[in-house]
Amino acid sequence: MAEYSALRVITEGLRGNRGWKPAWRKAEPKPRYDVIVVGGGGHGLATAYYLAKNHGLRHVAVVEAGPIGLGNVGRNTTIVRSNYLLPENHDFYEWSLKLWEGLSHELNYNVMFSQRGVLNLAHSPEQMDVAAERGNAMRLAGIDADLIGRDEVAQLCPGIDLSEEARFPVAGGLIQRRAGTARHDAVAWGYAHAADRLGVDIIENAPVTDFITEGGTITGVVTPRGEIRADKVGVAVAGMTSEVMRMAGVEGLPIESHVLQAFVSEPVKPLVHCVVTYGAGHMYVSQSDKGGLVFGGSLDFYNSYARRGNLANVHDTVSELLAIFPNVARIKLLRSWGGIMDMSMDGSPIITPGPLPGLYLNCGWCYGGFKATPASGWCFAHTIARDEPHALNAGFTLSRFAEGRHIDEAGTGAVPGLH
Amino acid sequence: MLIPCPVCGMRDAGEYHYRGDATAERPPLAEEAAEPWVRYVYERQNPRGEHLEFWQHVHGCRQFLVVRRNTETHEVFEARLVGPFGQGE
Ligand SMILES: Cc1cc2nc3c(=O)[nH]c(=O)nc-3n(C[C@H](O)[C@H](O)[C@H](O)COP(=O)(O)OP(=O)(O)OC[C@H]3O[C@@H](n4cnc5c(N)ncnc54)[C@H](O)[C@@H]3O)c2cc1C
Ligand SMILES: [Zn+2]
Repeated sequence: MAEYSALRVITEGLRGNRGWKPAWRKAEPKPRYDVIVVGGGGHGLATAYYLAKNHGLRHVAVVEAGPIGLGNVGRNTTIVRSNYLLPENHDFYEWSLKLWEGLSHELNYNVMFSQRGVLNLAHSPEQMDVAAERGNAMRLAGIDADLIGRDEVAQLCPGIDLSEEARFPVAGGLIQRRAGTARHDAVAWGYAHAADRLGVDIIENAPVTDFITEGGTITGVVTPRGEIRADKVGVAVAGMTSEVMRMAGVEGLPIESHVLQAFVSEPVKPLVHCVVTYGAGHMYVSQSDKGGLVFGGSLDFYNSYARRGNLANVHDTVSELLAIFPNVARIKLLRSWGGIMDMSMDGSPIITPGPLPGLYLNCGWCYGGFKATPASGWCFAHTIARDEPHALNAGFTLSRFAEGRHIDEAGTGAVPGLH
Repeated sequence: MLIPCPVCGMRDAGEYHYRGDATAERPPLAEEAAEPWVRYVYERQNPRGEHLEFWQHVHGCRQFLVVRRNTETHEVFEARLVGPFGQGE
């Protein structure tokens, strides 16, 4: 019988729920592993899981500064999609979406993946052209996309202001119906659980404070819980990338850390049936199963390591929400928070061996790394185990900036805050 | 977050536009090697702590400022005009 199932809930209920085990062990660090993954966010945990599952490694540790799930993996707005324009991103994110489609079964943990669709609104004939271009590029790559008019927008999401009096009247939009949302905490817990059952040690409350180097090769990490050695060390620490890599002596990465805020309203009856993005600005909203409107917008636009932002951005984001959903003007905000994004210089990620022997780097997720979690773990595990990138992350190099091989979806150039 | 503009006084950060890391130094225009340009355009120290950065007071005097700020606490230590009108240098 699977560890978690409906039958198990019933039988445990009859036995007083005494048979449940913790979802993952509180592991004590061993002196040595095959691979250490620094950072127990979604990407680090998924990497450890696939190292064990796909590559058969039995001595893997995840070393996490705090408790599992308090980083960006537990702070995002949970949008999962593969509606990209450029070939490198098509294949990578589409593989991720396919992994999402089977993830709850794969992990035996309900990640509540809900394919409710992601609708990008267009507000002018020109934006409809741009939407058609993206949709065509996606369909050529075998990814689902539909260009829809205002009538179909009205059917999909009747709450949107579709009048001519709207600040930027809606012309139509591009929808990816297989896209949607997932329960972010469950993704962290699910990967932690499944990795643990394959023997991975998840070592919490162990911030890496230094790396151990022997003859120029990275051979381990230093934490307040002791030194831990390994043949290979992978780093997946999102917004802390520059600071952690500095400990290994690597300076000047193509990364800036910026704060991104998100918001949730008090619960209301079903209003936003799919994920909706506003095309005349930058705002995305969905409705959680509890009824809260979950939404976010742009970065605060200055370098930041503070997990809180400023009011100007709260005002901008809320104004954009009201521009398409004026009917929510009277509901209250329950909470707002921030997370530290690893903004790369072209808006695309880095998954690569190096830049030092024994070291492997995973970063540059900007605001879009939640949807990437399964494929990022899949590809980073491959890169670490085989010492070469998987075909899906072959373009996500660190050297691409110097070589002029940028993967710049937005076409905004080397201004990390703009991606 | 408040930024003290040397011209207009203490103003809300919302009046300013962020223009990035002020420590990245542009190579002389005659520089032909790629590497210094790659460093200038793409590579950042990205410190958690004190950071020198450009802000433009777009909704005020429109001057460019160099601001010294803590990226972890958002504390602003000083702001001066860039170029010949700034103090120091
Ligand atoms: C407000 C917000 C909204 C977002 N919305 C979306 C969205 O809708 N869709 C989407 O796809 N993406 C979204 N993202 C982006 C996504 O959340 C991130 O790109 C992704 O979670 C980053 O990977 P991670 O899960 O591994 O990061 P994290 O969970 O941040 O993991 C990094 C871990 O490294 C640990 N760490 C740091 N330093 C050390 C150290 N010295 N030693 C050991 N461990 C260390 C941290 O404690 C942390 O747990 C959003 C992000 C935010 C903040
Ligand atoms: Zn001024």
